[in-house]
Amino acid sequence: MTVTTPQVQPTKCIDARGMACPGPLLTLIGAIRAGQVGDVIEVLSSDLGSKTDIPAWVAKAKQELVGVVEEEGYARFVVRKAK
Amino acid sequence: MSGASVVVLGGGVGGTLVANLLAKSLKRDATVTVVDRSGMHVYQPGFLYVALDQANALWLARDERGLLRKDVDLMIDDATAIDPAKQVVTLARGGSLPYDHLVLATGSRLDREAVPGYGGSHDFYSLEGAQRLREELRRFKGGRILVGVAGIPYKCPPAPVEFVLMLDQYLRDRGIREKSEIRLLSPINRAFTVESASKMVQPIMEKKGIGLTTFFNVESVDDTKHVVTSFEGESLEYDVLVLVPPHRGAKVVEASGLGDAGGWVPTDRGTLQHQKHPNVYAIGDATDLPISKSGSTAHFEAPVVASRIASVLRGTAPKEAYEGRVMCFLEIGEGKATALRFDYQHPPVPPQPSRLWHWAKWAFNRAYWVTVPQGRVG
Repeated sequence: MTVTTPQVQPTKCIDARGMACPGPLLTLIGAIRAGQVGDVIEVLSSDLGSKTDIPAWVAKAKQELVGVVEEEGYARFVVRKAK
Repeated sequence: MSGASVVVLGGGVGGTLVANLLAKSLKRDATVTVVDRSGMHVYQPGFLYVALDQANALWLARDERGLLRKDVDLMIDDATAIDPAKQVVTLARGGSLPYDHLVLATGSRLDREAVPGYGGSHDFYSLEGAQRLREELRRFKGGRILVGVAGIPYKCPPAPVEFVLMLDQYLRDRGIREKSEIRLLSPINRAFTVESASKMVQPIMEKKGIGLTTFFNVESVDDTKHVVTSFEGESLEYDVLVLVPPHRGAKVVEASGLGDAGGWVPTDRGTLQHQKHPNVYAIGDATDLPISKSGSTAHFEAPVVASRIASVLRGTAPKEAYEGRVMCFLEIGEGKATALRFDYQHPPVPPQPSRLWHWAKWAFNRAYWVTVPQGRVG
C-alpha cells in the first residue's frame, strides 16, 4: 500500500466515516464515475477493509491512487480519475 | 412564533413523518404544508416482491392525505424552483409558497437515459419497471439472467443481492432453474458492501449456483447483441438483463442550484441542514451523505429535523443530531433473512439468518402504513 502525503488539492472530499452502507468504496466508485478525467477525489474511511478494497478497485479500473494517509481512527484515500 | 411556516417538499417516508411530527409538536403555532407531485404515497420496498410475482401492486400505494394528520396542509403540485434568499417555493400550477423553514424530502429520480442502450434491460426500481420485469419473467423459459448496477449512488444497496437469491427460488418453483443461469454483477469486490453480511451471503449464492462477477460497474448495453459492458472494460452476454438504473437528485434541487453535480443536497451529517442555507434541511435520498438511500434512513432522520425546527421556532437551542442510524432487512432466500443495524459509531453485526427476520420483514411491510408515517415506531 502506498503511504504518502498527497500534495494535490482534491476536487471533491467525501466523509464516509462510519457509513457502513453503501460504504467508502462504493461511494468512491460513484464519485469517480460522475467526475471528469483529472478530478481528484478524497474519501475518508474508518473501515479497515478499505485499505485493500480501494487500491484493488483503483488498479482494476485503471485509475490512479495518489496516496493513502493514515489519520487517528481513519484513513484518507486520494484517487485521481485517469480515464 | 405564531404564523411560522414550514414547507416540506415530497410526501414519501421522510416528508410525511417530518410533517406529522412537526404538526403534532407545534399545534397551531405553525402551518405545516406538504407539497407532493402525485398525492400518492408509494411503498418502494414492495417493488422487489411485485417483480417476482409475490405481491400485487395494489397494496403499494395509498392516498397521502390519509397518512397525514388533519392539521397538515397537502398541496398536490410540483415544486419547480426554490429561492433560498427570498424563502419562497414556486409551484408548477402558478402559485408560490413562502417558508420560514424548508425540508427537502424530494427523494431521487431514475435517470435511465444516462446508460447507452438501457432500454434493452429491466429493473425493479419503479412500479411500472417491476410490473414489466414480472411479465418478462413470466415469459422466461430458460437462459442467462444478469443482474447489475448501472449507477452509484442507488436506493437500497442490498436489493440486487436479495433479488438474485429470491430469483433463484422463483425459478426453482417454476421448475426452470436447471435451464437458467443467474449471475450477480457486483460493483465492488464482493457480493455486498457490508463485509460481514457478504460472508453470510456468498456461500449461500455458491450453494445455489448463483454466479458472481466482481468489479463490474455497468457502463453501456448493446441491446441488439445482448451484451453488457462495464466501466472496468469487461463485456458479458445475456438473455435477460436486470439493472439498477442510475439515480439523480430531484429536478427542483438542480434547477434551483441547491444541489451538487448529481442533484444531491450538500447536507451536514449531524444537523441535516443545507451546508449554505441553515433554514433548509434535507432528509432521505435527497442528501449527498454517503449513507444508504433507503426509507429507513429517512425514517430515522425525520425526527431529528422535526425536533430541530421546533426548537428554533420556540427560541431554544436545537439539541437533536442525526447519528447515522439505519436499520434494514436482508432477504437471503429459503424464507430466511438477516438484519443490518448500524450508525456512525457502530458498524453492523448481522445476526445469523433466520425465519424470524424474514417474518419480521414481512410484518414490517404489512404494518408500515399504520406505524412509520405516524411516528409510531422509532
